[in-house]
Amino acid sequence: MRRPSATALTRALVICGLVLGALFAGLPVLWMFASSFKSNTQIFAYPPRLIDESFSLAPYRAVLTDPQQLRFFFNSYFVSTLVTLLTTLVGILAGYSFSRYKFRFKNSLNLLIIGVQSVPPITLMIPYFGLIVLLKLYNTYWALILTYMVFTLPYAIIMMTGYFNTLPRDLDEAVLIDGGSSLVILWRILVPISLPGIVSVGVYTFMLAWNEFLFALTLTRTNEMRTVPVGIQLLMGQHSFEWNQMMAMSVLGSLPVLILFLVFQRYFISGMAAGSVKG
Amino acid sequence: MQKSRVSTGLKRPGRHRLMKGLVPYLYLSPTLVLLAVLSLIPIATVFTYSLLDNVIITRDAPTFVGISNYLDIISKSHFRQALQNTLVFAIASVIAHFILGLSFALLLNTNLIGANAKALFRVIYILPWVFTASIIAILWRLLLNPNGVVNYLLISVGLANEPIEWLSSRQLALQSVTFINIWAGYPFYMVSFLAGLQGIPTSLYEAAKIDGANGVQLFRYITLPQLKPIITSLAMLDFIWTTHQFTLIWMTTGGGPIRSSEVLSTYTYKTAFSAFQFSQASTIAMIILALTTFVAIFYVRNQRMAAE
Repeated sequence: MRRPSATALTRALVICGLVLGALFAGLPVLWMFASSFKSNTQIFAYPPRLIDESFSLAPYRAVLTDPQQLRFFFNSYFVSTLVTLLTTLVGILAGYSFSRYKFRFKNSLNLLIIGVQSVPPITLMIPYFGLIVLLKLYNTYWALILTYMVFTLPYAIIMMTGYFNTLPRDLDEAVLIDGGSSLVILWRILVPISLPGIVSVGVYTFMLAWNEFLFALTLTRTNEMRTVPVGIQLLMGQHSFEWNQMMAMSVLGSLPVLILFLVFQRYFISGMAAGSVKG
Repeated sequence: MQKSRVSTGLKRPGRHRLMKGLVPYLYLSPTLVLLAVLSLIPIATVFTYSLLDNVIITRDAPTFVGISNYLDIISKSHFRQALQNTLVFAIASVIAHFILGLSFALLLNTNLIGANAKALFRVIYILPWVFTASIIAILWRLLLNPNGVVNYLLISVGLANEPIEWLSSRQLALQSVTFINIWAGYPFYMVSFLAGLQGIPTSLYEAAKIDGANGVQLFRYITLPQLKPIITSLAMLDFIWTTHQFTLIWMTTGGGPIRSSEVLSTYTYKTAFSAFQFSQASTIAMIILALTTFVAIFYVRNQRMAAE
């Protein structure tokens, strides 16, 4: 008699905890979503309501018909996509080297790459400013692409090395015996079977690039080059707090990552956990 | 045909071997060039700046001043306040992230609810992590606005008598941004703990239950010790990331009011790009790097031990 009631009590407590947690995590997001459909005068209406009579798509229309804000989105997509492609490519090559070869300085180089992950962006920002101007890259896409790669690449290399390490070397030897080169091993054999790992690296890289703020703020100057995170901040200054438009832009700006996350959830969680825990 | 390929594949003359020795470096070359130009050289530059005076924007030639920039900075009360705020912000975030992340992971790991409900809760719990810091900053400025929904709720349940200035009062600004950072950052722990919990062999729990262990004892003597490697690496990684946090603070309080929520990263940014004191900014940047490296050394050592 006592046991079923005890488990029923535990169950009630667990469900209570789950619901409270969901409110903590979800309510702010729900409020963002709801506010993005309101008119700006209703944002701080008293008492607050989730949906009111001002409900419309107007804030979205305003964001999506403003050429300047569309430009922010284009820039973010362009930069993030290129960073993702380049990081994955360079990361695969480096991971292959670490996984399949023995060479001098291998350990120190590996250590260096792990170490770069923990360099504060703010420390690099001061010399970057001069360096990027010197390289004539100031206020260009390349300024963002190259500096973002400093932070996306170490994770990609660590992940790819780990992934390649799990693949048996018999595969490589079969190709070698057939007279294939090491590049053939990589592209024809290892890359196709590593697709899940590569996808997880790609998604994570895209997220990092899409979210970057500090370098986008300091290394670009004109609105033609700004990305979404910086663009949102500009919206805050220019339009004397068009809260509904800022929320609409926030929803739109979060969609790519949300979709990527939902589609690749499985890869992503396992890859993320492996990357953070096993390094 | 097949045989001749085998023989050429296995014979390796001297020159060929030398070439082969270069192959791993060849594959690494894009990485090495990028990291040398955009990581090692900049760190050397910022270190040099920190030992000089008159860098970047002045007409006068830079002069070597040794460690006097460091002594200057350390003696400044603004710096000490920023350092203290950074530590409060980081340590409170790490502890709260750990508690929330582990609690949510344990809740999600239960067998008491169905798989679909679990999947739904998991997505909701991960939500804060999907949003970028600048969007999180704007969202919480809306929520914590004196006329905003948080104050409305607090007043209507009687927890507050009048609207609270969460982000613009000196007493509350640091606590508020820390809270926002806690909300934004726990999912990373939760996801890692979920993976870790699934890796604990069920046989351990079964054996302990046969010995008569209760739920608390199972948690204390099996779950926590099994998660310990994950806990240490997460805490160190999170401490490093939190001390680097710039966007969230920059876009909510900007370090204010009157430096009450100033952290080392916003202080560095202001010193460089508002005051144009590049030598001093470099010095603070080097101090952040040193603080981070100190933790990172333990992190790398921990990772190495886990790998072996």
